Amino acid sequence: MEIFYSILPELIRIVVCAVCGAVIVFGNALVMGYAERKLAGHIMLRPGPMEVGPHGIYQLVVDGLKLMGKQLVVPAKADPLLFRFAPLLAFAPVFVPLLVIPFSSKLQGFDLDIGLLVILALASINLLAVLIGGWSSNNKYSLFGAFRAVSQNVAYEIPMLLSLLSIIFMTNTFSLKAVVAAQSPVWFIVIQPLAFLIYLVSIVAETNRAPFDLPEAESELTAGFHTEYSGMSFSLFVLGEYANMFIVSSVATVFFLGGSSGIPLPYFEYSGIIWFMLKVYTLMFFLVWIRWTYPRTRFDQLMNFCWKYLIPFALVNLLITVVMVKLL
Amino acid sequence: MSMDIEVLEDSRHHRYVLNMGPQHPSTHGVLRVLLELEGEYAMELLPVLGYGHRCHEKIAEFKPAKSFMPNTARMDYLGALIYNQGFAQLLEKAAGIEVPERVEYIRVMASELNRIQSHLLWYGAYLLDLGAFTPIMYAFDDREHILDILEDVTGSRLTYCYFRVGGVSKDIDDKFVTSTRAFIDRLRSRFPMYEDLVNGNVILQKRLIDVGELTPHICARYGITGPMLRGTGVAYDLRRAEPYSIYSEFDFEIPTETKGDCMASFLVRFREMEQSLRIIEQALDRLPEGPIMAAKVPKKLKIPAGDYNSSVEAPRGELSYYLVSDGSDVPYRLKVRTPSYSNLSVVPEMCQGMLLSDVVSAMGSLDLVIPEIDR
Repeated sequence: MEIFYSILPELIRIVVCAVCGAVIVFGNALVMGYAERKLAGHIMLRPGPMEVGPHGIYQLVVDGLKLMGKQLVVPAKADPLLFRFAPLLAFAPVFVPLLVIPFSSKLQGFDLDIGLLVILALASINLLAVLIGGWSSNNKYSLFGAFRAVSQNVAYEIPMLLSLLSIIFMTNTFSLKAVVAAQSPVWFIVIQPLAFLIYLVSIVAETNRAPFDLPEAESELTAGFHTEYSGMSFSLFVLGEYANMFIVSSVATVFFLGGSSGIPLPYFEYSGIIWFMLKVYTLMFFLVWIRWTYPRTRFDQLMNFCWKYLIPFALVNLLITVVMVKLL
Repeated sequence: MSMDIEVLEDSRHHRYVLNMGPQHPSTHGVLRVLLELEGEYAMELLPVLGYGHRCHEKIAEFKPAKSFMPNTARMDYLGALIYNQGFAQLLEKAAGIEVPERVEYIRVMASELNRIQSHLLWYGAYLLDLGAFTPIMYAFDDREHILDILEDVTGSRLTYCYFRVGGVSKDIDDKFVTSTRAFIDRLRSRFPMYEDLVNGNVILQKRLIDVGELTPHICARYGITGPMLRGTGVAYDLRRAEPYSIYSEFDFEIPTETKGDCMASFLVRFREMEQSLRIIEQALDRLPEGPIMAAKVPKKLKIPAGDYNSSVEAPRGELSYYLVSDGSDVPYRLKVRTPSYSNLSVVPEMCQGMLLSDVVSAMGSLDLVIPEIDR
């Protein structure tokens, strides 16, 4: 009984964090789903969703209901177990990284010493889901999409890691809270602009979005790895994608944009979360903006860009950082 | 088709056969292409045709030649008026009918508007193939103005049947003149935006330059015409090479590029829109008054026995009608030479050894209209 009472606060904390994580994942998907469609519409000279509710604000709710009502079609020659498992695998791991993200100085699930490692490790599981989904669909286009996703994500994880590593060398910790605290005079975007640019390019490839959306290249691979998915199993992939966008943007905010730091707003103790969300959604707006502006790159160009430019530049940046840290 | 997927897979184990189409986002219709892939490289390609065949040429043998006009619009739904033009010219030539001058001006203006409309649709759809989702909406926004202008005059928006043997069905009015002039100004003002945002984009250039290179020699072997040929440096345009209608009276250039790759034909098509605007502008300035129908067009148009040919420059290349008549009003045989059919035939050679993404961009640069191939 003693033990139970001692771990009870932690148990409650876990439940609260999980609920908050779920709220963030679904809330973010609703907001981003709507915002993306509206933004895409306005970029394309059309109003976007307009029918359901004022300016179509309930469109995503209705879409969600529609997708839930749809039949889950499993192709005849697909691997039924893996085919059903892949969407869950794409969706489930996105909750854990949210636990270690410091939304403000007081709002954080767990301040782990290995915070960044948790995020990177769990963000990579999404890739496994794409591979399993593409493989088990038993569709040639899906397989191509899955293969492209794997080589692309494995390649782009390297510059992404290297650019974050240069920050880690400066702060000497993996804890996200400590990284935010280390940016009190100047944000790291000022000290490490190259690392920020490299990270920004890498997250576009990591989240499989245009102009690096080769795994689901519509005009080549019909719909890429999720060609065979329908209804909720498809929307779990989409939910996972938006959650991943949120996570990588949060990491960018924490590492380069000073996390929740900003001018404190009056009468509001948690004003940091407003600044944090503002920075995250600015980055996500940027991702949406370039998606609807640029054409898609070719696969060999994408890989060349990573191996010939991003990784060498990231390495040089890391080297300079290490030398400077040692000297100063 | 003897070459079947199973057979292919059986004979060459190390190759992966991908069946692109007949329902595929980037084949723009019911074209099916069998691709033999090694990794993502297409080692062999085989276009499979026939999904949309409607026997247009055979239908021509069963009805009076005059009433075949609507069928021509359904062969190339994007260049309908130019197909009308070719067929009207053919029958006028055969029956020896003189066309009033005003009719020629109207025909030229309508055809050139139609050509711009076709190129605008290609522009949007091609960029969609390359993964840019937005330009198609801008291109459609411009294209909509042409459709509105032509709808007022012809009554339809896509499959026009506006030209008649010896004239046109309805005269143009002041509204046509003013709205066309407004459209010319509008499109001219949009070109710099297209050039800055799309043509100069580094991703687009990387995707198109050095992809699908053609030479004049290859074009000659396959009978490739139109912007593809002009992209290789040959300034062959029937409006200039064998001037029909009144094209010899206008001052316009034939845009050419030298490289013959996808970027070359991309730029050629883009500049052709500007030249078409010039032609329309000149025609509007000089538009004469007069009748819109030749004086004596018989109700039952008997075509003297013999064979007749008429060629026009369609948006995709050279379009020819060849008609053999036995002296009645029904053609004995009608053969249509459509540009997309010859242009498609180069695909197996042009795309060999290309990446899958490049196959999409190379096929897109042909600007295929499938009903024109399967007619």
